[in-house]
Amino acid sequence: MEGNHSHGHELGFWRKYIFSQDHKVIGIQYGFTSLLFLLFGFTLMMVMRWQLAYPGQPIPIIGSWLGEDRAPQGIMLPEFYNQLGAMHGTIMVFLGIVPLAVGAFGNYVMPLQIGAPDMAFPKLNMMSYWVYFMGGVTMLTSFVMPGGAANSGWTSYPPLSDIATIGQTVWLIGMVFLITSSLLGSVNFIVTIIQLRAKGLTFMRLPFFVWAQFVTSFLLLLAFPPLEAAGVLQLMDRLAGTSFFLPSGLVVTGQPLNVSGGGSPLLWQHLFWFLAHPEVYVLILPAMGIVAEVIANNTRKPLWGYKSMVYAAIFLGFMSFIVWAHHMFMTGMGTIISTFFQTTTMIISIPSIIILTALFISLWGGSIRFTTPMLFALAFLPMFGIGGLTGLPLGLSATDIPLHDTYYVIGHFHYVVAPGTIFALFAGIYHWFPKLTGRKMNEVLGRIHFFGSFVCMNCIFMPMFIVGLAGVSRRLWDGGAQYAHAQPVLHWNEFMSHGAWALGVFQLFFIVNLFWSIRKGKKVEENYWHATTLEWATPTPPPHGNFTIVPEVFRPPYEYSVPGAKKDYTPQNQPMEA
Amino acid sequence: MEIPYTIKARPDTGLINAKLGIWLFLASEVMLFGALFSSYILLRVGAVEWPHHVLDVPLATVNTAVLITSSITMVMSWASLMMKDFKRYKMYMGATILLGFVFLTIKYFEYSHHIEAGEIPSKSTFFAIYFTMTGLHMLHVIGGMIVNSYFWGPGSKMWKTEPERFTNRIEVAGLYWHFVDLVWIFLFPVLYLL
Amino acid sequence: MDIFIPRPLLIVGERMEAAHAEDVKKHVKVYITVFVSLLALTIITVTISYFNLSVVPAIIVALIIASIKGSLVASYFMHLISEKKMIYAALTLTVVFFLVLIFIPLLAMSDRIH
Repeated sequence: MEGNHSHGHELGFWRKYIFSQDHKVIGIQYGFTSLLFLLFGFTLMMVMRWQLAYPGQPIPIIGSWLGEDRAPQGIMLPEFYNQLGAMHGTIMVFLGIVPLAVGAFGNYVMPLQIGAPDMAFPKLNMMSYWVYFMGGVTMLTSFVMPGGAANSGWTSYPPLSDIATIGQTVWLIGMVFLITSSLLGSVNFIVTIIQLRAKGLTFMRLPFFVWAQFVTSFLLLLAFPPLEAAGVLQLMDRLAGTSFFLPSGLVVTGQPLNVSGGGSPLLWQHLFWFLAHPEVYVLILPAMGIVAEVIANNTRKPLWGYKSMVYAAIFLGFMSFIVWAHHMFMTGMGTIISTFFQTTTMIISIPSIIILTALFISLWGGSIRFTTPMLFALAFLPMFGIGGLTGLPLGLSATDIPLHDTYYVIGHFHYVVAPGTIFALFAGIYHWFPKLTGRKMNEVLGRIHFFGSFVCMNCIFMPMFIVGLAGVSRRLWDGGAQYAHAQPVLHWNEFMSHGAWALGVFQLFFIVNLFWSIRKGKKVEENYWHATTLEWATPTPPPHGNFTIVPEVFRPPYEYSVPGAKKDYTPQNQPMEA
Repeated sequence: MEIPYTIKARPDTGLINAKLGIWLFLASEVMLFGALFSSYILLRVGAVEWPHHVLDVPLATVNTAVLITSSITMVMSWASLMMKDFKRYKMYMGATILLGFVFLTIKYFEYSHHIEAGEIPSKSTFFAIYFTMTGLHMLHVIGGMIVNSYFWGPGSKMWKTEPERFTNRIEVAGLYWHFVDLVWIFLFPVLYLL
Repeated sequence: MDIFIPRPLLIVGERMEAAHAEDVKKHVKVYITVFVSLLALTIITVTISYFNLSVVPAIIVALIIASIKGSLVASYFMHLISEKKMIYAALTLTVVFFLVLIFIPLLAMSDRIH
């Protein structure tokens, strides 16, 4: 409930950089923390991929560091593989992508794009970051618990998760922190967008990026609480001996469990997926928002079908709440309920197609500048297309039967998230870097990063469809080596692993570029990309309070190449000619 | 640097930031308790037998009346501020907090009675969901009482310097408190009467 | 919801927007009326529970009474009856998803392959 801010006093180091209430500082905090988590989650995957490529072989270099309970003689134990799998997913989704897409980009860019001095609740914003940080630390400590980190998949299905080692309890506590952080953040975002828009900035003049963040925040607000409830119930099962998710008559290693029973594992699945499906739209919507900004800017023309894109995003958000049980087609649901979810799932592909088509058509007739951000944004389009199309057989209950829980699923969702969302996030970093620093990132390093990542991502994830169609299940610690039906496709494991390690090498170009450019990047003028949206109308970097003159908006967001205008871009806050 | 619309409403939406904020937060709470109500339904429908007459209905009825009364004292504390009567505000807010203590005390007796009789969460899914739902509700009551106590005590200094802003804060705190009452209005029949 | 609220309360609700000191005095009468109604409805719902109705009628009656009580708290104590469109929009959306969360898993559990 922030009202007054006494200006004119200099804040100490702690209040200015650590416990800041300035959305820009908080955005950068989210940015660095989430990028570190992404790197860590990526590293976990690279270790997993050794085991998949060379099952039973000692892991080079780091094998001896892992210790006897994880990798005796450097050879990964199945239990450790399961920890890596569960934590890779959890960290990438909850500690990496969402904090980067929403916490970093949303926090930094959105208030600037709407002409606001800060978020509606700066103190709450600060708390959101620190609660996220605590959740992240909690998640990491699970690795040093007896029995290791959570190992029941990122989906934590009971009964397995109910009886798993203590790391699972730590996972649940970490999730409570992360969900709380998300909820506080989503309230802040929605109130800020509704209440703090500059004069003249009507909803239909908002940059698509802001619409994406707006819908995303509603998803976070309304879909997360059921998972919080489920987390509490699972904690009760694990700590208070309840049987919310434990059916009667459960026997574990020959011993009947001494619990009341009467619970339902499916209850967890419903509550979990009620969040986790909207969560995937939380992963993609901000990415679409970034791609829209970068495409409009680098084609020098307005987005095609802005209104359709906005309505599609709203419809997508709404539909995302009623498709969740397509993750549960194999749980014995009857034909009526399966048909319901199959139908809603088919319908939800429509708004995605509308948005993707509009972005594609936006390229037509444009003066395309093939800058590094634009390369990533362009690649997003077909990559997300592949991800989306491969989702269709999963969304139809009949074709899901042979594909559920196989590598096909892993291929599908990684296409959407990795060369999909992550590419969009890279585009955003390269695009807004000049806004934060007044410098640009190096184009040569950027292009190497792009081309290398693009090739490697396809090398890793395309074969997954082949392997999945052959029937190889996911979450197998040896990549299917023990199964007869997997033998013809096993050789792909080694290929994919090399792709993964090569992908790691190419990220070094990005990391070096990022840190080097902060200090030594080429200095560039304000509004380097000649963009129209309000964030480029502030000084660089924007001061506390953002706008030296309170902005007023007169135009739609993408007034590029307006006929008769002096320049090929007309900022939103430029008044109409008298 | 000032954040606009913290005291005066934004013209086109007619809202101050905190009011929109608290309603959105309450919306998320509806989903939180909704998930627990959904769990209750699924567990009960899937149960072979479901206990009846094991909870203390008269005591819980008294507790229901206590919370309802605390709701009216809460709204009266806000109304007193609107009528610029700080003393009455203190009285009504104090009553609200006191009634909260009464609620907690009754709950304490209820819980200890069950625990002594071995009716603990691990005994059955009925007691599991009973303790979880009423326990989470109770945590929300405690949270509300902490906030209300702050506004009764040190936070009430704001009345002297920024009365309008303080009144808004009490309205917002009231919305939260009424919501806690609202959840109980549904919890009570579902757990105790059905 | 209209049919459950007596007309005088509905009219008062419409006038509850401009909350100035004099108006607040009138609202106090409404608050007290609502308070008494809530206590009465509580007694009614508890009394009915002692009639031992069968499951389905018991649930329907209890939920209807709880909904009336809840609506009174929301409409008058929380001033929802004179709130702004933005709030109504957010709450309507929430109610829709709340109903989905309550009914769809139930449907999924009852429509099963045997």
